Amino acid sequence: MTKLWKPLRIIVSLIILLSVIAVFIDFKQVFASQWYTKATYLQFLPSLIKFFSVAGLISAGFIIVLILTLLFGRVYCSTICPLGIFQDIVSFLSKKLRTKKFRFKYAKANNILRYTFLGLAILPVLFGSIYILYLLDPYSNFGRFVSDLGRPLYIKVNNLLASILIKHNVYSVSPYDIVKFDWLTIIFPAIMLVVVVWLSLTRGRLYCNTVCPVGTFLGLVSKISIFKLKFDESKCTKCAKCAFACKSQCISIKDQTVDFSRCVGCFNCLNVCDNNSINYKLSLPKKKETITLDEGPADPSKRNFIAGSVLLAGAMIGLSKLAKAQETSSKTNELPEPASDEKRTNHVKIDRKNYCTPPGSKSISHFKDACTACHLCVSACPNGVIQPSLFEYGVTGMLQPYMDYRSGFCNYECTKCGHVCPTGAILPLTHEEKVVTQMGVALFIKTNCIVYVEETACGSCSEHCPTQAVSMVKYKGELTIPHVTPEICVGCGACEKVCPAKPNKAIYIEGNPIQQVAHKPEIKKADDKKLENFAF
Amino acid sequence: MERRDFLFKGIGAGLVAGLAISTDMFAANFNKLPTASSSALKPYDLVAVMGGEPEVMFEKGIAALGGMKAFVKKGQTVVIKPNIGWDATPERGANTNPKLIGKIVEHCFRAGAKDVFVFDNTCDNWQKCYTNSGIEKAVKDAGGKMVTGKSDGMYKEVNIPKGVKLKKARVHELILNSDVFINVPVLKHHGGAMISVSMKNLMGIVADRGFWHKNDLQQCIADLPTWRKPDLNIVDAYRVMKTNGPRGVSVSDISIMKAQFISRDIVAVDTAAAKTFGLDPKTVGHIVKAQEHGLGSMSLEKLNINRIKI
Repeated sequence: MTKLWKPLRIIVSLIILLSVIAVFIDFKQVFASQWYTKATYLQFLPSLIKFFSVAGLISAGFIIVLILTLLFGRVYCSTICPLGIFQDIVSFLSKKLRTKKFRFKYAKANNILRYTFLGLAILPVLFGSIYILYLLDPYSNFGRFVSDLGRPLYIKVNNLLASILIKHNVYSVSPYDIVKFDWLTIIFPAIMLVVVVWLSLTRGRLYCNTVCPVGTFLGLVSKISIFKLKFDESKCTKCAKCAFACKSQCISIKDQTVDFSRCVGCFNCLNVCDNNSINYKLSLPKKKETITLDEGPADPSKRNFIAGSVLLAGAMIGLSKLAKAQETSSKTNELPEPASDEKRTNHVKIDRKNYCTPPGSKSISHFKDACTACHLCVSACPNGVIQPSLFEYGVTGMLQPYMDYRSGFCNYECTKCGHVCPTGAILPLTHEEKVVTQMGVALFIKTNCIVYVEETACGSCSEHCPTQAVSMVKYKGELTIPHVTPEICVGCGACEKVCPAKPNKAIYIEGNPIQQVAHKPEIKKADDKKLENFAF
Repeated sequence: MERRDFLFKGIGAGLVAGLAISTDMFAANFNKLPTASSSALKPYDLVAVMGGEPEVMFEKGIAALGGMKAFVKKGQTVVIKPNIGWDATPERGANTNPKLIGKIVEHCFRAGAKDVFVFDNTCDNWQKCYTNSGIEKAVKDAGGKMVTGKSDGMYKEVNIPKGVKLKKARVHELILNSDVFINVPVLKHHGGAMISVSMKNLMGIVADRGFWHKNDLQQCIADLPTWRKPDLNIVDAYRVMKTNGPRGVSVSDISIMKAQFISRDIVAVDTAAAKTFGLDPKTVGHIVKAQEHGLGSMSLEKLNINRIKI
C-alpha cells in the first residue's frame, strides 16, 4: 500500500498538468470552454477568489483542496499545482541527465522568509489589492509560462510543420500568426521561470517552501492534518535514503522527524524506504492540545498556524468586503458620455483615460481585484485582443490582461473569455448579454480621419462595426464619413484596430470604468422588393 | 445491352440539348435582344440569371458560357476567392452563399481540376468565418481545400506597374501559384466603397488593406485588377445586403433578389450588379476608374448578354 501512493500521485499529476498545458496552449481553439473550467477547477487561489468574486459555491475547488490538506497534508503541491508538478519534471529530467549523483540534504525551515512572503502576499489584500499575491501564485505563474512563453514557441513549431506540409501540397495544418509578442510583458514570467527552474535544480522545492504563498498557507493547514507522514522509529535503520530523496529537504534523520508543514506530498520517501518505516499515521489534534496545555510553553508550530489563520481570515474578510463594494458600485449604471465630435485643428494624439477590461468583467475595480493574471483568457481569446498589460492599469495591475485594440478586436458574438476565467474576474455572459455589454465607447477624431484629411473614401471603421454604432454618413459628393452613435457602441474596438490613419488613429475606444448596457441597434427592414426584371 | 445503352444515352443527350436550346431561345425571346441571332456564334460577355436557388442559377449560367471546362482544363489548379469576411451565418448575406461555392468546386473537379483551393483574408477571426459562413463545410464536402488567408508568411509582394495609387501589394501565394482564379463575391452595400462586388472582393487577396483605405480606396480597388484579372467572376446576388454593409447588423439588412451574374469582364459584371442594387454605376468610383484602366466595359448595351429567368 505505501508503495502505491507515488504512482497514483504521478498519474493524477500528469493528467492535471497535461490538461492545464493543453488549455493554455490551445491557440487552435480545439477545446470548448467547459474543458478550460474543468482543467483549472482545483487550482487553489483562482478557486478561492472565485468563491468571493461570484459569491457562490460554484467554485468549490479550493474546499476540496482544503479537505485534502486536512486529511493528508500538502498533496496539492505535488499532485494538483502545475508549478509543483513542473518542478518535479525539471528535477526528474535533471536527475536523468546528471552524471554525478545528486542527493538532497535536510535543511531547516526558513520561517522568517516564508512567513514574510505570505504576509507580503496577504497584507495588501486587507487593503484591497491582490497584486503581490497573484505575482507569487504558483498556478498563475505557471499559466504565464505557458501562455506567454510556451504558446508562441508552439505556434512557431506548428508553422514549421505547416510550411513543410504546404510544400507537399498538404493544407491540413494551417500556419498561424503570433498576434503579439511583447518583450516587456514577458520579462516577469521569464525571470520567474529562471528562478523556479534554478531553485528546483539546486534546492528542490525551495520555491514552494519559501516564496509560494499557497504552499506556506497549506503548510499551516497541514499542521492539523489528520494523517501525517511519520517515522516508525522501531523499523528505521537511519539509512537516510528518504532524506536524500526528499525534494522539500524536510526529513531529519537525526531526529527521525518529518517537517510536515514543508512536505509537498511527493511520496518519494515512501518509495525508497526498504522497511516501510515512514508512513501516514493518524495524528489527531485533540490529543496534542491537551499535551501542550499540560506542558505550558506554547508550541511554535501551533502559534504559527494561529497567526496564519488570523491573517487569512482577515484577508477573506477583505475579499468579501471588496465583493460587496463592487455589487453596489455596479448597480449605479449610467449612460456613458457622448462621443466627442469637437473639431480639432491638427492630427490629435489619442488621450485615453481608461483601457477596456474584457467583456463580463463588470468594472475595472472588480477585474483588478479578482484577476490573478494567469493569462488563460489571453490564450483562449480567438481574436488575440486580450493581452497582458504592462502599466495600462497602473503598476498594481501589472500583467493583468486588457483589451489591446492594436492587436485585435473583440468578436461581437464571442463569450469565451468569461467562460474560461477561473477566478471570476471575467464573468460568463450569455449571447444576449454579450451583444449589449459595453466595455467602452468609440470616440471619433474627425481631424485625423482619412476622409477629412485626404478627401478620399475609406469606411474601414464602419465596415467592421457589428452594430453600426459607427456608420457612414453623407459628407461631400459621393464621399461618406464616420458617425458614432454611442448608445449602441459595445466598445469591441474593431474600428480602432482597422483605422488606417497615421500617426494617430481617427477613432479609438475610451474604456468604461464600469461596464454598461448598450442599447440594441435599431433594426429597419431593408426594402424587399422582389426582382421582377433585369435592371439592364 | 450496348444498343440499349446507346439508345438511353442518345435520348439523354437529345433531351439535354433540346432543353439547352429551348431555355436559350426562351431567354433570348423574352428579352427581345436585337443581337439574338448573332449571339449563337459569338460567346456571351455576360450571363445574368435570376429566379432560382444559387446553385441552380450557377448551373444554368455556366452552361451558357460553355461549362466550367471552358475555364478549367484537366490537371489545373484552381483558386476560388469567395467573400468570407465575416463571422455571420449565410442568412445574413455578409458572405458568399455556401451552396454556390460548393457547386463551383464540384464543377471545377468535374472539368478535371487537380486541386481546388478556397481562401479569404477575413476581417473577423478566420476560423469562425470559415465555419459559420458554411463555406468550409461546403468546400470540404465537394473535395476542395480550405486554406488560411490569415498567415502573413503566405503573402508575396507583387508590382502593379499600371496602378495609379497601388504600385505594390502583397498577394496570397495561392493566387500566384494557381492556374485558374475564380472570383465569387457577394453583392452588398458598402459604407465606404458604396457597393462591394467583384473588384472590392479582391481586397481579400492582399495582406495590407489599411494601405488601400488610407490611399484613395476607390482608386486602389481599380488598380489591383490591372495586375491580374480573375479568369471568371461569379456575383452572388441571391441575398443582397441593402444597408449596413459590408458586415450587416441583422437579417433585416437583406433583400432576397435571387440573381447571379457571371462574366470574364470584371467591370461589366460589377456594372450589372450596381444596376441591380439600384445604383447608377457612374457614381461608384472604382467601377468608373476600372473602365478608365481599360479593364472592361460599363456599356452593357454594347455587350452580348444572355439573360436567363428561372
